[in-house]
Amino acid sequence: MNEIGLTHILVISTLLFFIGVYGFLTRRNMIIMLMAIELILNSVNINFVAFNKYIYSGKLDGLFFTLFITAIAAAEAAVAIAIIINLYRNYKSIDINDADSMKY
Amino acid sequence: MLDSTYIALIPVIPAISFLLIALVGRRYFPKLCGIAGTLSLLVSFLLSSVVACQYFFEVGKVEGVYQKIIAMKQVWLQFAPGVSIDMGILLDPISVMMIVIVTFISLMVHIYSLGYMKEDTRISTYYSFLSLFTFSMLGLVLSTNIFQIYIFWELVGVSSFLLIGFYYDKPSAVAASKKAFIVTRFADLGFLIGILILSYYTETLDFRTLIARLTTDGSYLSSIISASFIGCSALTWGLILVFIGGAGKSAMFPLHIWLPDAMEGPTPVSALIHAATMVVAGVYLVARLFPVFSISCPEALNVVAYIGIFSSLFAAVIACTQTDIKRVLAYSTMSQIGFMMFALGVSGYGGEKGLGYMASMFHLFTHAIFKALLFLGAGAVIHYVHSNEMNDMGGLRKNMPVTHITFLLACLAIAGIPPFAGFFSKEEILLAAWNSNKFIFYVAIITAALTAFYMFRLYFSIFWNKEFKPAHVNDNGVKETSSHKNHEGGISMLFPLIILAILSVIAGFVPFNRLVTSDGVELNTEFHLSFSIAPVLLAIAGITIATIFYRKQNNLPQKFSNSLNGFYTAAYKKFYMDELYLFITKKIIFNCVGKPAAWIDKYIVDGAINGIAGITAIFSDLIKIVQSGKLQDYAIYFISGVIGLVVLVIYWKF
Repeated sequence: MNEIGLTHILVISTLLFFIGVYGFLTRRNMIIMLMAIELILNSVNINFVAFNKYIYSGKLDGLFFTLFITAIAAAEAAVAIAIIINLYRNYKSIDINDADSMKY
Repeated sequence: MLDSTYIALIPVIPAISFLLIALVGRRYFPKLCGIAGTLSLLVSFLLSSVVACQYFFEVGKVEGVYQKIIAMKQVWLQFAPGVSIDMGILLDPISVMMIVIVTFISLMVHIYSLGYMKEDTRISTYYSFLSLFTFSMLGLVLSTNIFQIYIFWELVGVSSFLLIGFYYDKPSAVAASKKAFIVTRFADLGFLIGILILSYYTETLDFRTLIARLTTDGSYLSSIISASFIGCSALTWGLILVFIGGAGKSAMFPLHIWLPDAMEGPTPVSALIHAATMVVAGVYLVARLFPVFSISCPEALNVVAYIGIFSSLFAAVIACTQTDIKRVLAYSTMSQIGFMMFALGVSGYGGEKGLGYMASMFHLFTHAIFKALLFLGAGAVIHYVHSNEMNDMGGLRKNMPVTHITFLLACLAIAGIPPFAGFFSKEEILLAAWNSNKFIFYVAIITAALTAFYMFRLYFSIFWNKEFKPAHVNDNGVKETSSHKNHEGGISMLFPLIILAILSVIAGFVPFNRLVTSDGVELNTEFHLSFSIAPVLLAIAGITIATIFYRKQNNLPQKFSNSLNGFYTAAYKKFYMDELYLFITKKIIFNCVGKPAAWIDKYIVDGAINGIAGITAIFSDLIKIVQSGKLQDYAIYFISGVIGLVVLVIYWKF
C-alpha cells in the first residue's frame, strides 16, 4: 500500500477522463467545454506515461506520444478558439445551445 | 445497270438540305435557305428523272415484265440473326413514278414558295420543314419493307403536323395541326397492328417475300387464313387494319375530318402535302400490297372499294356547299382520292382485270399535277385578296390573267373534259368500275358530274360572278385601292403555275398502260369512244349548271339551296361529322373511359405513390427529433455508443 503502483495512476486517469466527459456534456460555455477536452486529452497522456514506465520501461514510445498529443492539443486549442470567436461573431453568444442552426 | 448510289442520293439530298438549313442556315444565312432548298430539290428531281428513264426504258423490263428491283439493302436494326429491320430502296413502276411526281411537285412548290413566303420571317424554318417532308415522302415510296414504310409514314405525319401548325400564333392552326396528328396517329395504330399481324404469320417484313408468301398456296397462307377472329380470317383483319392506316393518311371516311382543317397551313404546303403527295400515301400503300388484297383477300378489297366510293360521293356533296376556297379544294381532294381507292377496290390482279390498278395509279399521277396547280392558283388568289372566302372574291379574271387561265385549265382537267389529263385517268377508272361493279359505276359518274359542278362553281365565284372590289382596309380604316404593281406575285409564283398547267393538258397522253400495271406486263386497253360519252356529257351538264348559277351574280343558288333546305344545311355543316366526333370523344369516351381512367390514375396509382411518400414522411418525423442541432446531444449519443461498444467487447463472450 505504501508504493504508488500502476493501478493508482490509472484510477486518477479514469477520474480525470470522466470529469472531462462530464464537463463536456453539461457545461454550456464553449470555453469551459474546450477546457474539458483538455482534461480528457491529459488523462490519456497520463495513461501513456504510466504504461511506458510500468510495462515497457526502457522504451520511449509512450513518452513521444505524450509529446505529440501535447503539441496537437495546443494546435487544436488555437483552432477551436478561432472557431469559437467566429461563432461569437455570428451569434453574439458563446453558449453552445445558441448555435443550433443545423437542426433538421 | 442502275447505280445504287445516286438512287440513294434522291432521298438523301433533301435530308442533308433539311439538316443544313435547320442547323446552320437558319441562324447564319436565313436569306439563302429558300434558294438552297430549291436547288437541292432540283438536283433530286433531275436524279429521279434519270432513274425513271433508265428504269422504264432500259433496265426495268425483263422479257416484257417490269421487275421489282432492290437497288440497295442495308441491315439497320438486327434483333436476332434473320430478324431485322432493313433500310433499302425498292424500284418498281409505282415507286419510280412516285419519286418523279414527289420531287417534281415538291420542286414546283419550292419555287412557288420563294415568292409566296417572301415576306415571312420564318422562311428558313419553312424550307427546312419542306425538305424534311420531301425526304420522308421519298423514303416512304422507296421502302423495301413494311416497317421501313411505317417509319417514314410517321415522319411524313410529323412534317405534316409541323407545316399545318406553321402559323403557330393562330389558335385555329394549332388546333388543326393537333387534330391532324391525333386522327392520323389513331389510324396509324391500326396500321401498326396490321403490320404485326401480317409479319407474325409470314415471318417477314420484306414486301417481296411477304407478297410471295401470301399469294401462293403454302403453310404461311393456310395458317393466316385458318386463324380467325370474330368471323374473319387473320389475313382479312391484317389487311383491313393496314387499310385503316392508309385511310387515315388519305382522309377516307370516317377518318377524313383532319383534312379540311389542315388547310390552315400555308397554301403551298396544302398543295404539296394535302393534295398531291402525302395524302395519296394510303392509295400507295394499298397499291403496294395490292397482290395480297386482290389474290388472297377479296373481302378486304371490297371494303376498300366501298369506303372509297362512299368517301368520294360524300366529299363531293360537301364540296358543293363550302365557301372557303381551300376547303372546297380539300373536299375535292378527298373525293378524288376516293376515286383512286375504289379504282383499286374494283380491280383484279394481272391482265385485263388489272385495269383499275393502272387507272388508279394514272389518276394519282394526273391528280397530283392538276390538284397542285389548283392549290397554287388558289394560293395566288389568296395572296392577292388576303381572304379565303368566296364572298370576298369575284371578277378577278382581269386582275390575274395568268392565274385565271391556269386555274381554268386545271378545272377542266379535274372535271374530266377531253383532252385534259383528268379525262383519261377518270375514264379508265369508270371503265374499270363498269366492268366489275355497276353500282359503284353509277355512283362514280354522279360524283364525276358533281366534281365538274363544284369545280366550276369555285372557278366562277373566284374569277367571274361580280366585280372585284379590293377590300383592303388599312389601319386608319380607309379603303385602299389595290396598289400592287405586280398583281400576281413574281415570276417564281407564275412559273410553276404555267409549267403545271402545260402538264395538266398533256399528262393524259402518258402511256400509263404500258408503264404502270398491276403485274408489270403491258396492258392493252382500247379506247371506247361510246363509253366516254355519258361521263363527259354529265361533266358538261355540271359545268353548265355551274355557269348558270355562278357566272353572274343572281339568286338562283340561293333559291336552289332553300329548296333543299335541310340537306343543304347538313352538307354545309359537313354532315355534322365534327360534331359527331366531338360527341363521341367528349361525351362517350371522356365520360366512360377517360374519367374512370383518370379516377384510377388519381386515386389508385397516384394514391399508392403518395401513400408510400406519406409513410416515409411519418417515419422521418419520428426520426428527425434526434437531429436537434445541439452539439452536446450528439456528444451524448456518441459517448453512449462508445460505452456500449466497450461493454460489448468486454462482457460479450465472442
